[in-house]
Amino acid sequence: MKRILAVDDSASMRQMVGFTLKKAGFDVTEAKDGSEALNIAKQQGFDAVISDVNMPVMDGITLIRELRTLPNYKFTPLLMLTTESGMDKKVEGKAAGATGWIVKPFNPEQLLAVLKKVIR
Amino acid sequence: MSIDLSQFFEVFFEESFEGLDAMEAELLNLVPGEEDLETINTIFRAAHSIKGGSGTFGFNSVSDFTHVLETLLDQIREGKRELTAEHVNLLLKAVDCLRALLSALQAEQDPNLEDAIALRIKFEEILGVNQSGATKVAAEKQPAQPEFNTYQIDFKPHHHLFKTGNEPLYMISELAELGDLETLAFHNELPDITDLSADDCFLSWRFFLNTVKDESAIREIFEWVEDDADISITLCGGLFAEQQQATIEEPAVENIESSPEVAEVAEVVAVNPSKKAATAKVTTPAAAESTSIRVGIDKVDSLINMVGELVITQAMLSQIGEQEITETTIASLQEGLAQLAHNTRDLQESVMRIRMLPISFVFSRFPRLVRDISQKLNKQVELKLLGEQTELDKTVMEKISDPMVHLVRNSLDHGLETVEQRIAAGKDPVGKVTLNAFHQGGNIVIEIMDDGQGLNTEKIKKKAIANGLVTEADELDADEINELIFMPGFSTADEVSDISGRGVGMDVVRRNIQSLNGSVEVSSAAGVGSTFTIRLPLTLAILDGQLVRVAKHTYIIPLISIVESLQIDISKVSRVGKDLDVLRLRDEYIPILRLYTIFNHQGAIETLDKTLLVVVESDNQKIGLLVDDLLSQQQVVIKSLEANYQKVDGVSGATILGDGRVSLIVDISGLIKLSGLRKPGSQELIIESKASLEAS
Amino acid sequence: MISAHSEVDSKIMLEQAQGVKQFLTFFMADEEYGVDILTVQEIRSWEEITEIPNAPDYLKGVINLRGTIVPILDLRLRFGLSAIDYGPLTVVIVVKVYFEQNSKIMGVVVDAVSDVYSIAEHDAKTVPNFTDSENSEFVAGLVNVGEKMVALLDLKKTMDI
Repeated sequence: MKRILAVDDSASMRQMVGFTLKKAGFDVTEAKDGSEALNIAKQQGFDAVISDVNMPVMDGITLIRELRTLPNYKFTPLLMLTTESGMDKKVEGKAAGATGWIVKPFNPEQLLAVLKKVIR
Repeated sequence: MSIDLSQFFEVFFEESFEGLDAMEAELLNLVPGEEDLETINTIFRAAHSIKGGSGTFGFNSVSDFTHVLETLLDQIREGKRELTAEHVNLLLKAVDCLRALLSALQAEQDPNLEDAIALRIKFEEILGVNQSGATKVAAEKQPAQPEFNTYQIDFKPHHHLFKTGNEPLYMISELAELGDLETLAFHNELPDITDLSADDCFLSWRFFLNTVKDESAIREIFEWVEDDADISITLCGGLFAEQQQATIEEPAVENIESSPEVAEVAEVVAVNPSKKAATAKVTTPAAAESTSIRVGIDKVDSLINMVGELVITQAMLSQIGEQEITETTIASLQEGLAQLAHNTRDLQESVMRIRMLPISFVFSRFPRLVRDISQKLNKQVELKLLGEQTELDKTVMEKISDPMVHLVRNSLDHGLETVEQRIAAGKDPVGKVTLNAFHQGGNIVIEIMDDGQGLNTEKIKKKAIANGLVTEADELDADEINELIFMPGFSTADEVSDISGRGVGMDVVRRNIQSLNGSVEVSSAAGVGSTFTIRLPLTLAILDGQLVRVAKHTYIIPLISIVESLQIDISKVSRVGKDLDVLRLRDEYIPILRLYTIFNHQGAIETLDKTLLVVVESDNQKIGLLVDDLLSQQQVVIKSLEANYQKVDGVSGATILGDGRVSLIVDISGLIKLSGLRKPGSQELIIESKASLEAS
Repeated sequence: MISAHSEVDSKIMLEQAQGVKQFLTFFMADEEYGVDILTVQEIRSWEEITEIPNAPDYLKGVINLRGTIVPILDLRLRFGLSAIDYGPLTVVIVVKVYFEQNSKIMGVVVDAVSDVYSIAEHDAKTVPNFTDSENSEFVAGLVNVGEKMVALLDLKKTMDI
C-alpha cells in the first residue's frame, strides 16, 4: 500500500484529504504543520507528501525545501495545496523542490485525478 | 468514487469559528504602525483556511467574501500596503460578517448576503479593484461536434526532472487516457555508461495523440514540468473527424470592464438576497446551541481510570457475594460499599467535568464589545479579565452570555463616567471594567466590576416612587434601594440610549439568571463603582435540593431559592382577605402557600401553629411554603417530565431518589403563578380568585 | 403501519408482508382489547407510583423506568369505565406511541393480559358508531378471533393527553 503524508493546519481539510486518499486505497498519515510533518517524514518513509502552504510554525514551502534535502525524499513527489491567487507561491514552491500543486478549492475526485500524475 | 463532503462540515464550522475568534483577538491587539508580522500572519492564516475550506466544501458565499479579506491581508503581510485603523475596523466587521454567514450555513439556512456584499465592496474600494459582480458567467452553446485532432508533442525533460519528484511514465499514461497515443522514445542523449548518472533523465519523447480534447488538456498534464522540460505541442490536422452526437456545454467566463455595468450588477446582487434574508430571519434561533463538544484527553483519561477502579470494586463485591456470610464478610462488604460510593461520586464528578469548559469562551467576546461600545460612547475603558480558566457547564455558558453582555453594556453606559467627568472627579481618565470568575462551593461566581460613579440611589428611589414600586414613607437602606433596579419595568436612563436600556431591563437579566437556578446581586458605592455578582450552579443537570414531605408525597425544593426554614409562630400570622395567611417575619410579611392545597393532596397537616414553613424567594418575592416535614438535602439529577409526558404547572422537572422512586422538583415562580398570588407594590397583597385556592 | 423497530423476528416480518400483524390483547371490564405488539416495550406489574399534582384522574402518575420518567394511565378511567382496585393480575403495559412530532414511552394499567393473536388487517372492521359509547373514538377497528371479538386500540388517540 502506498503511503502518503497529508499536511494541513485545517482539521477539516486534513480530514477530507485523508478520508479521500484512504478510500482510494492509500495509507495516510496526517500532520498539522510543517514541523510536525518533517519529524514524521524523518522517522517513516512516504511515497508522496501533500502539504498546505500557509501553516503556523513551519509553512509548506519550508517543509518542501527541507524534505528535498533529505536523501529519502530526493525523488518523492511533493505536492502543495495552494489557492488560485497564489501564483507566485507556485513559482516559490517549484524553486523549493515541489513536484507540483493542487489548486484549492478542489473536490475529492479532482484530488485523486491530479495525484495520478505522480503516484499510482 | 463519491465522497459525501457534508461529513466534514461540522469540523469545518468548528475550526472556522475558532479561526474567527483568533482573528478577532489578534485584531484587537493590533496597533496600526506597530503591528508585528507574526500577528498579521496569524490573521492571514485564519482567513486563508476559512477561504480554502469554504471553497472546498462549496460554501461559495464565504469563500468569495474571504477572498478580498485575504488579498488585503496578503498585501499588508508582504509590506505592499500599510495597515491603518480603518483596515482594522473593517476587518473586525468582516469577522462579524463571516460569523453570521457561517452560522446561517451551519443552521442550513440561506445566509443574508446584504452585509457581506456591502462590506466586500468597501474592501474592493481599498484594494482598488472591482471584482464583485465583474465576472459574468454566460452559458454558451458550442457547436457541438467534437473534432478529433492529432497533435504532435515533443517532450524533452531536463536532466534534473526526477529530482522534482515528477515521473515521465505517469505523464505518458495520462496522455494515453486522452486518446490514441503513439510514442517514440529517443535515447540518443544517453551518455557512456561511465558518465551515466542514475539520478538524471536523459530520455526524450515524441508523441502523436489523436484526441477530441484541446491543447489545454495536454498542457495541463505537463503543467508541473513546464520549466523542467522543453515541451512543444503542434496541431497536425484533423484526421478522423467522425460524427459524434454528444454535445458539450462549456460555460464561458467573460470579463466585463466597463464600470457602470459593474455597479449595476453589484446592485442586483445586493437586492435579491435581502428578500431571502427577510424569510430567513424568522427561523433563525434554533441554530446557536452546538451539539458537540471537544473534550481534553486528560478528562477522558481520568474517566477511564475511574471506570477501572469501579470494575475492581465490582469484582471485589461479587467475590464477597460468593462467600458465606460471616462478620468478617459483612465488614468487608461495608468497606466495599463505601468504596463503591466513593467510586460513583468520583465518576459522577468526572462525567460532569466533560461538559465543563473554561469561561474564557464567554469572556473572549468582551474585549471586542468593550472596544466598540467605548468608541461609540467616547469613553476610555480598560477591560480586565480574571479567572478565565474557571470552568462551567457548556449549557450554562451558552445561556449566561447574554445577561453578562447586558450587564457589561450597563457598566460602560451608566457606570463609567466620561473622560472629562473622571478628570473632574480626580480619577484616572481611563475607566476600568473587570470581569472575574471563580468557584465557590458548588457554584460559579461571576463578578462584573466597574470603577465608575456607582448607582445613584436618590434617582433610583425617585423613579421607584414614581412607578409606584415603593412609597415616600418606606425607609430603605442603600442596598434595598439598589435592589429596586431588578424590579420589572425599571430603567433609570433618562433617555433610552443605543447601548443599553432598549426596553430590556435588569428584571429580564435577573429572570434569565434565575431560570438557570442562579442569582444576581448588586453592591455599589457612590463615586467608587458598582459590582454585579452572578452566582450560578456549575451545571444544569444537577441541582442541590431540599427534600420535603407533603402528605405522603416527597417534593424537592431547589436549595438556591430557599431563604430559611422555620416553625410557624401562630401569633405572628394574620389573615388577609378571604383565605390568605401572612406571616410576619422580622419586618417582612410572608404570604403562606399551602403546598397541599396547590398540589391538591389529601392528608397533610393543615394547622399552621408549629408547622414547618420553607421561606423561598423568586422574582424578588418571598413566599412561605407550608410542608409537613423537612427531609434530607441532596444533589439530584434533573430528569425531564416533558420527554414522555408534558409540562406540569408548579413543577420544573423530576428526579429519581436513592430508592428508585420518582420525586418532583418544585418550580417556585410557577408555584406563585399557580397560586394566583401577585407581587404587591407595597404590603398590600392581591389575591386572584384562583380555582386551586378555592377548591379546598 | 409499522414504525422503525429494533428487533423484529422473521415470522412477524413475513406476516407483515402478507398484511398480518400480531396484537397483544388484554382484558378490561370483560372486554378484550388489542394493541400492535411492535409498540409494546414491556409488561410490568403494578408498582408504587409518584402522583402528578392537578393531573386528570386517569393519569395515575409517573414511574422510573430505568432512569426515564414514564407516565402511567389507567385505561378504565380513560375510557370512562368504573375504577377497580388493583389486584395481583393488574399489569402495566408499557408502549411506545408515535405522534406526529415525536414518540413517547407511556404505560397503561389494564385488568389482565390475555393473549397474542395474528390478525390480518383486512379482517378488521370499522367501528360502528355506538351512540352510547364514549370510548369508540379510541378504537381503530374490531375483529373476530374465533368466537370472541377484539377491539383494536388507536394508541395515538388513546394516549394523546
